[in-house]
This record gives sequence, structure tokens and C-alpha cells, in this order.
Amino acid sequence: MGLKSNLHNLKEKYKGTKMAPAFNAIHTFLYLPNETTHNGTHIKAADDLKRTMNTVIMAMVPCLIFGMFNAGYQHHLALGTIETAEGFLGSTFWTWDNLVIGIWKVLPLVIVSYGVGLLIEFIFAVIKGHEVEEGYLVTGMLVPLIVPVDLPLWMLAVAVAFGVIIGKEVFGGTGMNILNPALTVRAFLFFAYPTWMSGDKVWVHGAVERAGTADAISGETILGSYAQSQDVVYSLADMFYGLIPGSIGETSKVLIIFGALFLIFTKVGSWRIMLSTILGALAMGLIFNGVVDAGIITSSSKFYGLMSVPFWQHLIIGSILFGAVYMATDPVTAAQTNKGKWIYGFLIGFISIMIRVFNPAYPEGVFLAILLMNVFAPTIDHYVVQGNVKKRMKRLKVKTA
Amino acid sequence: MGLLSKKDAKLITDPLADNNPITIQVLGICSALAITAELKASLVMGIAVLFVLGIGNVVISLIRNIIPSKIRIIVQLIVVASLVIIVDQVLKAFAYELSKTLSVFVGLIITNCIIMGRFEAFALGNGPWRAFLDGVGNALGYAVILLVVGFFRELLGSGTLFGIPVLGDPIEKTGLYSIGYENNGFMLMPPMALIIVGLIIWVQRSRNKALIED
Repeated sequence: MGLKSNLHNLKEKYKGTKMAPAFNAIHTFLYLPNETTHNGTHIKAADDLKRTMNTVIMAMVPCLIFGMFNAGYQHHLALGTIETAEGFLGSTFWTWDNLVIGIWKVLPLVIVSYGVGLLIEFIFAVIKGHEVEEGYLVTGMLVPLIVPVDLPLWMLAVAVAFGVIIGKEVFGGTGMNILNPALTVRAFLFFAYPTWMSGDKVWVHGAVERAGTADAISGETILGSYAQSQDVVYSLADMFYGLIPGSIGETSKVLIIFGALFLIFTKVGSWRIMLSTILGALAMGLIFNGVVDAGIITSSSKFYGLMSVPFWQHLIIGSILFGAVYMATDPVTAAQTNKGKWIYGFLIGFISIMIRVFNPAYPEGVFLAILLMNVFAPTIDHYVVQGNVKKRMKRLKVKTA
Repeated sequence: MGLLSKKDAKLITDPLADNNPITIQVLGICSALAITAELKASLVMGIAVLFVLGIGNVVISLIRNIIPSKIRIIVQLIVVASLVIIVDQVLKAFAYELSKTLSVFVGLIITNCIIMGRFEAFALGNGPWRAFLDGVGNALGYAVILLVVGFFRELLGSGTLFGIPVLGDPIEKTGLYSIGYENNGFMLMPPMALIIVGLIIWVQRSRNKALIED
């Protein structure tokens, strides 16, 4: 007997007990269940929840691997032990030394994120007696990508517990949540432990413990530099390729674009949301540029630094692209109707840049903008659907009259 | 219970659990969110409401038969306002720092729905003794939630209880802080109070399914 039939037998044994959902989760993770349905007609489709989730994870893996290299690269670069890598394939970037530090720092974050999150999912499944949902697979991968590299693991564990319980399980689990759980985790971290989530010390591994000593290093993000009207030391190519300090997975715009194309090609991510988010961001950027050009805001204003950034550069600094591709497109929390998606995405981009420029206390507003629009998504859908109903009623009247 | 009959005792015990003004009737939420970042403030707020509601209920109950029902809300407001002004003045005289922390929220006891709610729902239709017990019971139910929320918010947010450090010194890095623990700044913000109240409601309703509506 193979493992598969052994598991099928075990399933019979566990049937009806409290542990059944936990067992089934592991079982169906490995094999298709041997149950068949008996009545009615069924359409069998391969694009179930699990495949959707796996596709998104595959789209994120390049970002994760790049993030590992970048964690080591930024660390070594800040220490001055290596030269700046010239371009994406720079010889000092893809090195073993960089990867070792990256694995050492990033892998524990991934493990804690998945460990804590899945444990809570299992506990809730056992208590409530429903099957374990695959929803956490993506969240668990997103969480390590959107936190700074030196975040203490216990903080991540607390935040993941908060995000999964308050952000998702309270509302009834996967598919019922109003807020994106991964962003709930980030919001919790941001408000609970602001010193670990912002400033110029957290983005480069080793900067926090060296603070105040002779070996002090710092890695201000580009947004941080702009907000303080300092000169930005990174070239546009560095920003695009991602050789800059930032949260682990969000720096490399080129890999995010590849991920986006993959998601669009597999029809897992909504291109409408991605496109409209970018359009919204560009629109807000253009407005700010216009304000600067009109001379309303001069260089003495504290908003000048970020307002004067050329509008298209807003896309390659900060995490707007990452948010647009992996966060805003979450099918559960986004708007469902096509017209609603345009409105939802546009407002995310628009508000993201607005927060980014107007509130120096929140150097990055993307996660706040997405959470805000998550809350409004059902309202947008409601009005889109009602509008459609009204239009059709009118047409009906014209015909009958 | 020799002192209280079974029915009277229920007036005190019901609001503490299954008919709690905050978690079941969802009244008086604003102050529960605003002032519970410190345990001391929660305690003083609880006592203030106990005073106002206990005495106010008796007063309203005593004059319930001579209040013209058309203007009863105004009469109730006058009673609450007088009592709240007493509390406010006492706090300003004897605990000035604390009255600063509580700021406007002492004055806002006037608009606390629990108080007007009890006047309307109970004191207007019952004798002074029972009205007193009801007032005390509801104020205690309010205070219990405030204290629970305040306990968690102050402990996790500032690492202190009643202002006394219990988890060590965050600057000197002693106690829990020496192993990397840090205070949770989110706990000091009002949204977290809402979430804690929500969690209390969750625990309470999953223990007693009869409380779940619809």
C-alpha cells in the first residue's frame, strides 16, 4: 500500500472526530481526495482555490529570492565591504555572501509567518469543525515580503496572530474577510511598533544594533529621503531593478512587473485593478506636479520634496507597484464588478500618493490606501450593481412603452 | 442573601454579566474607548459613573410621580448635569492631574447613554431602593468592562498597572525588556479599545449562546 491509500484509510478513521479538518487539510494538500459526488451534473475545473493560491505564490517567489539577495547586499554595501553593483546583473549583487545573510534573516520571517498563521487556521478549523482553507498560503508569503528585514520574530508572530484572528477569522474565515489579512498584519506592526517599521534604521540588516556606535550605518528609503528634502543617492536604474533599501520583497519593480504579467496571463490577478491603480497614482502625481509648476508650493514647503518628484517616478519609488499587483488584486477584498474594479483601483493609486506626499509620518501610504478601499469595495459594488439595474429598468420601460 | 431578596440581587448581578450595559446593550462605548488607556483613569471613571448613576437613579425614582412626562428628559438632564458637575469639581479639587487625563470625558458622562437609559427604563417605573440597586449594578457592569479593557491596554501598551511598572523598565532594559520585549503602541490608541471590547463580546457570547441575536 502506498502513502496515498494509507492516507485514505486514515481519513475514514478520523471521520467525524474533532481532528478531521486538520487531517484533511494535510491530506488534500498532498493528494486529491478519493471521494466522488453522486448526484447532479458537475463541471470539473482545474482552477480551484488551491491552484489560484499557488499561482500567486509562484508570482511572488522571484520577489522573495531577490529580497534575500538584496537584504545581504544592502547590509554589505552599508558596511562598505562591497562595491555598488552596476545594474541588475551586477557582480557584487548575486553573491553567495549576500544570499547567506538573506536566508539567515528572511527565512525565519517566512517560517514564523506560516507557522503562526497556519497554526491559528488549524485551531479555528478544529473548533468550528470546518475544513482548513488555503487562504493563508498567500497571506503567509505576502507578510514576510512587506516587513523590514530586521523585524523581531516575536513581533511578527504577534502581528500575524492579530491579522489572522481579527482580520479574518472573526469575520468567518477565508472569503469572508473585509480587510486584506496581510495588510492588517502590516498595519498592526506599523501602529504597535512604529520604531521597527519606519525611520532610517530598520531597512538595512544590522542598522538597529549599530545605532549610536562608531560603526553606525543607516539606510534611508527613498521616500524617507524625499520627505526630509534630502538628496536621493540612488539612480533610477537602481530603483527600477530594486537595489535599494525597503521592505523585503517590494523593492524590485522589474520582478514585480514580471509577476504582474504572469498573474494577468494566468487570469488570476485582475489587470483592471492593476492598471487603474497605476493610473490613479499617475493622476495624483500629475496633480502634484502641476501644483509645483504653478508655483503654489515652493521649495520652502515641507511637501515640496515629494510633490516635485516627477509623476512617473512615484511608480518606482515606494511600494505602489507591489501593492497594486499583489495586494489590491486580492479577489476577496477587492471590488467584484468590472466597473467597480476601475473605481476601486483608481482610488487606491490616488489615495496612496496623496498619503505619501501629505503625511510625512506615514512615509508609505499604499497599505493604508488599500485597507481603506477594502472597506469601501462592497459599497462601490453596490452602486455599480444598482446603476446597472436602473439602466436596464429604463430600457425595459422604453421597450414596453 | 439576607440583605437583598433574590429579585433585588439580580438587579446587581445581571448587568455584571448577561445584561452588561457595554457588551450586551452596547451603550457608553465612547468613554470606554477614550479613557481606558490607563487603569487609573478607568477606575476613576467607573467610580464617577457609579456615583452619578446610583444617586441619579434614586433622585429620579423619588420624583418620578411629579415629573410631567412631556419634559422628563430635561428634568433627567438637569439631575445628571448637577451630579456630573459635583464629580467634576471634586476631581479638579483633589485629583487635578487625573481630571486633566479624563478631560472632557467627565463632562460627557451627561451624555452617557447608560445613564439616560437607566433613568428612562428603570428609575421612572420603580421605587428608590430598587432604582438604587439597578443604578449600582449597571455602573458596576460598566466599570468592570472599563477595568478589563484598561488592564490590557495599560499592561501591554505601557507595561504598567496603575502607573507602576510591572514588566521592567523599558529604558534601562530590565525585566521583560531585557529579552527584547517592547510596548505595543497600538494598545494606547482608541481602535484597540474597540477591538478589546469586541473580543470581550466574542468571549461572552461564545460562552453563553443565548446572548447571540438573530
